[in-house]
Amino acid sequence: MNITTFTSKKFWVPGLLLVILVALVTLPIYGSLYNVILATSILMYIILAVSWALFSGSTGYMSLATAAFFGVGIYASALLLPATGQVLPLLVVVVLGGLVSSIVALGVGALTLRLRGIYFAIFTFGLVVLILELLNWWEHTVIHIRGRFVMLVDNDVIFYVMLAIFILLMLTTYFIKRSKFGLALQSIGENEEAAAHRGINVTLVKVITFAISAFFMGAAGTVWATKLTYIDPYVAFNPLFSFMPVLMAIFGGMGLIYGPVIGAGIFAYLQETLQTEFPEVYMLIFGIVLVAAILYLPNGLVGLIPRLIRRWRKGGLKQQHADT
Amino acid sequence: MRILEGEGVTKYFGGLAAVSDVDFHVDQGEVVGLIGPNGAGKTTLFNLISAALVPKPGVIRFKGEKITGLKPYKICRMGVARTFQSVKVFGNMPVLQNVLLGSLFGMSPGMSSADAAREATELLEFVGLSAVRATPAKDLTLANQKRLEVAGALATKPELLMLDELMAGLTPTEVAQGMELVTRIRDKGITIVMIEHVMKAIMSVCDRIIVLHHGEKIAEGTPKEITTSKTVIEVYLGE
Repeated sequence: MNITTFTSKKFWVPGLLLVILVALVTLPIYGSLYNVILATSILMYIILAVSWALFSGSTGYMSLATAAFFGVGIYASALLLPATGQVLPLLVVVVLGGLVSSIVALGVGALTLRLRGIYFAIFTFGLVVLILELLNWWEHTVIHIRGRFVMLVDNDVIFYVMLAIFILLMLTTYFIKRSKFGLALQSIGENEEAAAHRGINVTLVKVITFAISAFFMGAAGTVWATKLTYIDPYVAFNPLFSFMPVLMAIFGGMGLIYGPVIGAGIFAYLQETLQTEFPEVYMLIFGIVLVAAILYLPNGLVGLIPRLIRRWRKGGLKQQHADT
Repeated sequence: MRILEGEGVTKYFGGLAAVSDVDFHVDQGEVVGLIGPNGAGKTTLFNLISAALVPKPGVIRFKGEKITGLKPYKICRMGVARTFQSVKVFGNMPVLQNVLLGSLFGMSPGMSSADAAREATELLEFVGLSAVRATPAKDLTLANQKRLEVAGALATKPELLMLDELMAGLTPTEVAQGMELVTRIRDKGITIVMIEHVMKAIMSVCDRIIVLHHGEKIAEGTPKEITTSKTVIEVYLGE
């Protein structure tokens, strides 16, 4: 039985991924404009949740700096793709936005990754507020700018760039998890002290991962800015973008690579539709769903799948136990 | 040849001297026991050697090279491995991966994953855990977790292995197995420093014993000398 499930899984997983990929790539052809915009924003949340989980899920360091890295990306767009005429091509700016976020993460990581637990969370959140207020002061009192406009980009283009970032992120996550580096990362999450005494340069591994995750957050922010078009510090460094990815990843479940994807996907879709269908009670319904999920799904949505499968074929499982 | 030596090693926690002005040395191929009542500073001394803590003042040398102030991973890669008093395994990782980690990141980090896997398998056999190689480490018994920790430490290919209370909490049978394991590790040519409270274990496997009390070294010698030492008996049993 084991062999058959193994081979069928070998066919199913790539097959399913291919179908999803084709469906996404062709979305602008068969979908409406609303669908494309909705998919773009869902992808944006997925990117934030997955890249958050890439660092925080595996190391156990709760980062609330997502909004900072995302905002740095948004500002890269504001400066290099202004409505008055773009300085550099869109793709170059996206990569630059990601790189600048990475560099910020390298600096912040080297300084703060010795902090543990709640202290790290508070510091990273402080970073968001610090950048926000500093920028606000700078724009108001030093250079006298109120808001910036980003050039208009075709919705299909925004969607495709977001999709490309998403695919790159999934490949990166997949290869990290399978690599020696991923094993080191996991060991840090399990027991950092023991990992250090097994010859792992824990600081380096943590800082590099923090920077990789920040790259994708920054890149997503850069594209997102072209959708926002109007930008000021409060829009770019909205603290909500620090909390949402955490909720989404926990909602989906962090044990598996696709947990945050499913969590963020459903979460973002739910948020979007509830907001349009039931604008008055949307927050209420949303809150109830979230509370129920946290209470009854400790391992997130993906934790539900093995439980259902087990219930579905209890007989088969008993057989397996007898074998081992 | 002296593989490890410490000069005037001292560590204060606030006003309390956890380890105070301790000189010690370990010769290549020896099994050295570190004993003393609770709070004597044994684990602190271990932490100072493995760089979890930095002595102030004091110097520790490994194979003649000063290692004070280095990061733990560097010291591990130089050839010093350790286990912890409260077992530290990677609970959610399978047993084999726990050991693999040491092979991949220890003394020879450039090793191919196939070689590392083979070596990890051999080490599991060495400590007698081959049957549970796919089990998550947290599901093992205490005795097996301790063996796993030893296997993981050995995977880093140390020249010096430090065991912090390997026998604590084990049944008499398990203690006997533990002693046998220590002997086999020594036979591989690995120098061992061990903290131990189980006297039977320490007396039979150690070549030399160092006794700490209130952070100070009060005695040093062969097991026989230690059991007959008046100071040691006073410390353990009162006057």
